[in-house]
Amino acid sequence: MNAPVMPNSPPAGRSEARTGKGRRGLGSYRFRQRFASQVVARVLLVVLALFFLSPIYWMIVSALKSPTELAAFPPTLLPERFRWENFVEAVNYIPFGRFLVNTLVVAVGCVLGAVCSNFVIAYGFSRLEWPGRDVIFYTVLASIFVFSLNEYPVTPITMMPLFVFFAQLGWVNTFLPIIVPTWFGNPFLIFLLRQFLLQIPRELSDAARVDGANEFQILSRVILPLSGPALTIVAIFAFVGSWSNFMGPLIYLLDERLYTLSIGLHFFSSDHDVAWNLLMAASTLIVLPLIVVFLLFQRAFVTGIRVGGIK
Amino acid sequence: MGAASGRPHLEGCREVVRAVTRLERMNLLKGLLFVSPWLVGFVVFLAYPMLYAGYLSFTEYTGFTAPEWIGLGNYTELFHDESFWKSLGNTLYYTALAVPLGVVVALVLAVAMNQKLREVAFYRTAIYLPSALPVFALSIIFIWLLNPRYGLFNLILGLFRVPPINWLGDPQWSKLSIVLVAQMGAGQFALIFLGGLQGIPQTLYEAVELDGATSWQKFRYITLPLISPVILYDVMVGLGLGMQVFTPALIMTNGGPLDSTLFYALYLYRNAFAYNRMGYAAAMSWLLLLLCIGIAMLVFRWAQRWVHYEVGE
Repeated sequence: MNAPVMPNSPPAGRSEARTGKGRRGLGSYRFRQRFASQVVARVLLVVLALFFLSPIYWMIVSALKSPTELAAFPPTLLPERFRWENFVEAVNYIPFGRFLVNTLVVAVGCVLGAVCSNFVIAYGFSRLEWPGRDVIFYTVLASIFVFSLNEYPVTPITMMPLFVFFAQLGWVNTFLPIIVPTWFGNPFLIFLLRQFLLQIPRELSDAARVDGANEFQILSRVILPLSGPALTIVAIFAFVGSWSNFMGPLIYLLDERLYTLSIGLHFFSSDHDVAWNLLMAASTLIVLPLIVVFLLFQRAFVTGIRVGGIK
Repeated sequence: MGAASGRPHLEGCREVVRAVTRLERMNLLKGLLFVSPWLVGFVVFLAYPMLYAGYLSFTEYTGFTAPEWIGLGNYTELFHDESFWKSLGNTLYYTALAVPLGVVVALVLAVAMNQKLREVAFYRTAIYLPSALPVFALSIIFIWLLNPRYGLFNLILGLFRVPPINWLGDPQWSKLSIVLVAQMGAGQFALIFLGGLQGIPQTLYEAVELDGATSWQKFRYITLPLISPVILYDVMVGLGLGMQVFTPALIMTNGGPLDSTLFYALYLYRNAFAYNRMGYAAAMSWLLLLLCIGIAMLVFRWAQRWVHYEVGE
């Protein structure tokens, strides 16, 4: 490990004076310094954690209030009475069941597509050596900076060109433009899986090759059984991505019966007289599965983000 | 080909070379086969639509009738379009505000989380949770959270005697409100930073502690250079997200008030899907792509001055 270049680092000569003077007090000085920085960090983290939790808190609290309490000033921090019936009302206010089914259909299609396609693609980018591999991999890397995970391949740059393309195919007003592209790889997930697959020792593949296995056998019998955790992460990210997809449904789904929850909620909120407690109740129901998935698979999320972030 | 080394056996060499090229070709085909979904997707869902849009950008096209060639018409019109310049200005302003702020917030979070605190897992969960939530949902929640009268933010600021802020209704605050929503994703970048921080060998800090370095010096001369690649990553991803900010503006303000949140992507969306000006929107799509590439290249070049890549382990 080489040290970074530190042009302005304190000159080494000073250390002798320091160690001489500071030896006795060093422990307590260090202890005090560490204690102080821990207090500062703790205060900062509590404030920031409250800030980051505030939308979820406000959403749930507002979802449980009555319309009169919602209009009270100043607003109350907890509902006087928890109106659970708001959730029933919210579900009946919009065709929630239908939107939910649509969202699930899209999610299943996207998760299956993401797991299958990204695994095979990442395999080609990591377990095989071939000329031009790295050049083609640059297209994956470049795409990471243009697209967001959730909406790939729809982004403001491509939304109009893609719409025209899918209109030519006659796919507008179907789920196809949202699901089909996920069967052709997502740059984030390719990168993520590739990082995992690179960690599996080459010798395993080589040994199987010596035994006469072809590449598909190696993929399915050697590498796949070792990739469970990585594919779980991909499935979770793909699920969260499709559940959160807003621009795809916004652009391609015109018929209200095809709406997913994301745009269903949006059109609910663009009413002039917004029933905020119901809107917040509906939001809670939409966000809740993601919170549950997140809390259950937090480790997978953290690993995914860390591995997926290019260092 | 490194295989051609034994000079006396020329025939044998040719055999070997031929075998190697055949093997290489096999490998190439195999590799292309495995990554073919990506290649096909890249061509079909990105390259072709963009090229076709490039053609459309030189036409008048409503989406209903055949495109009609007008040469550079769309581009010259864009040049004189006040809303276009307004949206571009808003977007650059937003990006210039959101990206540095995002880096600082993520870095502060990561440094704080890197302290050896017992309950750090709780903070990590709380701070990272909103990154896993959809932007559309956060945007809707923030409309209510930022409500001048009934929102939580003004209620809390009121405790500190801050007069009520008309977050989404005042052009001076509207962009900042959208920056605020974007910060909800900071936890994700904080985690990446945290990974970077934990990869820094402790011995480096101990070495300069003996030299009497202060906490700030340690941060400035060890931490910052060693995580500079992560900063670059954050800036690059942030630029892409910032230049294409769309969903929060559509949901929270729909471009208002007084066009203060009319971002480039929103204006493009309106031209394409509200005004049926597909040709015009196509020109905007291409300009946005070129702009993003241009900015990314400038930042990348600038980054060569401050990014320290570790050499070996």
